Amino acid sequence: MTEAVSFRGVSRYFGHVRAVDGVDLDIRDGEFFAMLGPSGSGKTTCLRLIAGFEQPTGGEIRIYGEQAAGVPPYRRNVNTVFQSYALFPHMNVRDNVAFGLRVKGTGKAERHKAAEEALAMVELAGFGDRRAGELSGGQRQRVALARALVNKPKVLLLDEPLGALDLKLREQMQEELRSLQRALGLTFVFVTHDQDEALSMADRVAVFADGKMQQVGTAEDIYRRPNTRFVADFVGSSNVLPADFVGAGPNGRWASLRPEDIRLDPLGHEAVVTSRAYHGRVVKLGLKLGAQHLNALMPATEDLPQPGEKVRVGWDRARVHMMESGA
Amino acid sequence: MTLPAILPARGGIAARAIDWMMRHPAMFTFLMVLPIVLWLGIVYIGSLIALLMQSFFSIDEFSGVVKQEFTLSTYAELLRPANFDIILRTILMAASVTLASAAIAFPIAYFAARYAKGKWKALFYIGVMLPLWSSYLVKVYAWKLVLAKEGILTWVFEKLHLTWLLDGLLALPVVGGNSLSVSYLGTFIVFVYIWLPYMIIPVQAALERVPGAMMEAASDLGANPGQSFRMVLFPLALPGVIAGSIFTFSLTLGDYIIPQIIGSGRLFIGQAVYVQQGTAGNIPLAAAFTVVPIVIMGVYLWGARKMGAFDAL
Amino acid sequence: MHSDTRAPLPLKIAAIGGLVFLLAPIALIFVYAFTTEEKSFQWPPPGLTLKWFGVTMGRADVWAALALSVKVAAISTCIALVLGTMTAAAVARSRFFGRETISLLVILPIALPGIITGISLRSAFSLLDIPFSTWTIVLGHATFCIVVVYNNAVARFRRTSGALIEAAMDLGADGLQTFRLVILPNIGTALLAGGMLAFALSFDEVIVTTFTAGNQSTLPIWMLEELIRPRQRPVTNVVAMLVVLVTVFPILAAYWLTKEGEHTEGAEK
Repeated sequence: MTEAVSFRGVSRYFGHVRAVDGVDLDIRDGEFFAMLGPSGSGKTTCLRLIAGFEQPTGGEIRIYGEQAAGVPPYRRNVNTVFQSYALFPHMNVRDNVAFGLRVKGTGKAERHKAAEEALAMVELAGFGDRRAGELSGGQRQRVALARALVNKPKVLLLDEPLGALDLKLREQMQEELRSLQRALGLTFVFVTHDQDEALSMADRVAVFADGKMQQVGTAEDIYRRPNTRFVADFVGSSNVLPADFVGAGPNGRWASLRPEDIRLDPLGHEAVVTSRAYHGRVVKLGLKLGAQHLNALMPATEDLPQPGEKVRVGWDRARVHMMESGA
Repeated sequence: MTLPAILPARGGIAARAIDWMMRHPAMFTFLMVLPIVLWLGIVYIGSLIALLMQSFFSIDEFSGVVKQEFTLSTYAELLRPANFDIILRTILMAASVTLASAAIAFPIAYFAARYAKGKWKALFYIGVMLPLWSSYLVKVYAWKLVLAKEGILTWVFEKLHLTWLLDGLLALPVVGGNSLSVSYLGTFIVFVYIWLPYMIIPVQAALERVPGAMMEAASDLGANPGQSFRMVLFPLALPGVIAGSIFTFSLTLGDYIIPQIIGSGRLFIGQAVYVQQGTAGNIPLAAAFTVVPIVIMGVYLWGARKMGAFDAL
Repeated sequence: MHSDTRAPLPLKIAAIGGLVFLLAPIALIFVYAFTTEEKSFQWPPPGLTLKWFGVTMGRADVWAALALSVKVAAISTCIALVLGTMTAAAVARSRFFGRETISLLVILPIALPGIITGISLRSAFSLLDIPFSTWTIVLGHATFCIVVVYNNAVARFRRTSGALIEAAMDLGADGLQTFRLVILPNIGTALLAGGMLAFALSFDEVIVTTFTAGNQSTLPIWMLEELIRPRQRPVTNVVAMLVVLVTVFPILAAYWLTKEGEHTEGAEK
């Protein structure tokens, strides 16, 4: 099976800024792949390299086995849903959706029919005559999706497509995107800075920082077994601790311990509560064990200590993950 | 899934050329700016430089032929009383026109920015844009009608029983004259009229950027209206006034048509340039005269930039 | 800056007085076009007549001057549209070495007093032995018309989000298709507005033209000669009024067009 997209040592420099720095990456055919990272981490540049808006400074990009270097965006059978949606303001919804077919020379009747079908797929049947400006954010997002899908791309790229939506709409769209992807069996590549979104939607997640790919794996891999301090901290703000401190290994290596894995334990280590913040279902406690600071998340139902009080806490050894690098 | 991931190149040479350009954005930029660089950078700037070079040549007094040798004697000629008077007169006129424009423009801009709404706002917009974009010569002509001895202004003064005032103004030494249309006063009025919109627009833009809450804050802190104007509004509007003054000052310096049509017959820099290059045939002196407004505006722009006037443009 | 308080009376008087000062002379032009007085600028007009419109219509010199003005303005506007749009595309889309210099270069012909542009072009023509023709006038006019188109186009290019162009290419449109189907419709109204202003600017220009026209007479040159040596005042009155009408409509239309554009573009970002 050919990989949908493969990067080999791909770099993209802007002057002295290394936006993408030596990335090796394989995206499998038909998978929902998320690229997660803070802004400036290189995830969006990777997406733009696949789309063809940027050309790599070095390395090799293949799309379904074919060399993509030097191929302009309009010759790639890859489509993008833009963060700002980028709907054409001078066209109605139908012409927006039919644009890709129009430039390929498809006849008017045929492309209008295809556009209506695509609009029906995103539950916007009958919206063809509206202008982009008359739609709500969620509707524009669906139009952008239909506009890309109508071309039957080999890979669909989504650049923070849910970023501009409010929380409720976002959750609804997450589900819809997921089921659309399963139904179509297409390869989706999804860029986001929201770890919950990446973990809940994607088959596999790649975490980016400073132009480098830190780790790639399933959501559980990333969450349970972070490889680097950055991944541990960025995904679920883990406690990164010296290995000997958690009793998990020799000194000099680092381990990750999730805040929710710390519990009150009468037989555990003595700690001082330094802060306490109520978050609804959970309470976030700041703890000090000797010289070490820890964050803990505990169910709000428990009778929890106040700042300044002493408590005893413990954790399950199995929950401690040894990382490859503490840097 | 019948289509390949990478589509073949379409069309002929044009499509391939565009493909190539897509991959070389620097080339695209280069081709896009090439015509303008050739036109303005070479033809236009080249002409300007050729002109300025002439100012370092001189004219042979007997044959009237330009001697192509480097000399500063043409510049020295600018300092001769007859020529220096022209320069001084023009600068004085430009300065008074600028001050008067600022004084008249401020209330218009302030009212339009702060109080005018809906229909009034549109009226003020038209009221500024219409004279700005109407034909320059027609405006000058309109003032010839207004200022003529038998024209409407004399008539208005008469109806208001203020003929004595007009006569008094015209009797003033230097600025007065036989009628308004042949006096410095007339030239001044027309200059102010023609360049006024160039002052109103940047001042209004600067005032519109002052948040209403800032004026409320000033009065909340105990400033009376006069104080909030002097200490808050005016300093904030100042870059706009300076931006406007760039136009009024520069345009007055370079104009040669208004004083020719409405004025006392004494020359301004623009007219001197015109006369020197035309009837007198002294291109070096004409070129030296053009350097005067360029230098003055250079200094002026440098100062204005220091005061942040360019943000108000 | 908005406030609900009412304007103080002196401010109101000063502002409205200023408005009257700005508009009254133009209104006067419309009255004088109908006066029966031939020899002076007498106010109030002794009588009103439509006779001078007929006389003006029959004047070959006025028609010839008008035809030359329209021709020059049309050609200059076309050149300005092409060059102004190309430059705006480059400046708005990419950051390159010398970008600031290009912006300055474009503004220079309108920032420098017209007399300087005029005299330097004239001395360049005489230096290169170029005889005066329609094209020498066009050269001068296009030089300062470019900036108007450029300013309008660059503002619209900046507001047209780069993502639109990327979206078009992403959907399979090549460079030409992107220009025709996406860029042109989005900057169209800005170009139309810029073109109208450029036309008005060229149609009205006199200072540079006096240096580059030779013996040819554009309408403003004709006006200028009438102003310096009045021969037939009533005809000048009528021409003045027509010129006001011809310049005012493009201004209002251009204002309306750019206003419209702001609304459609605002929707995307």
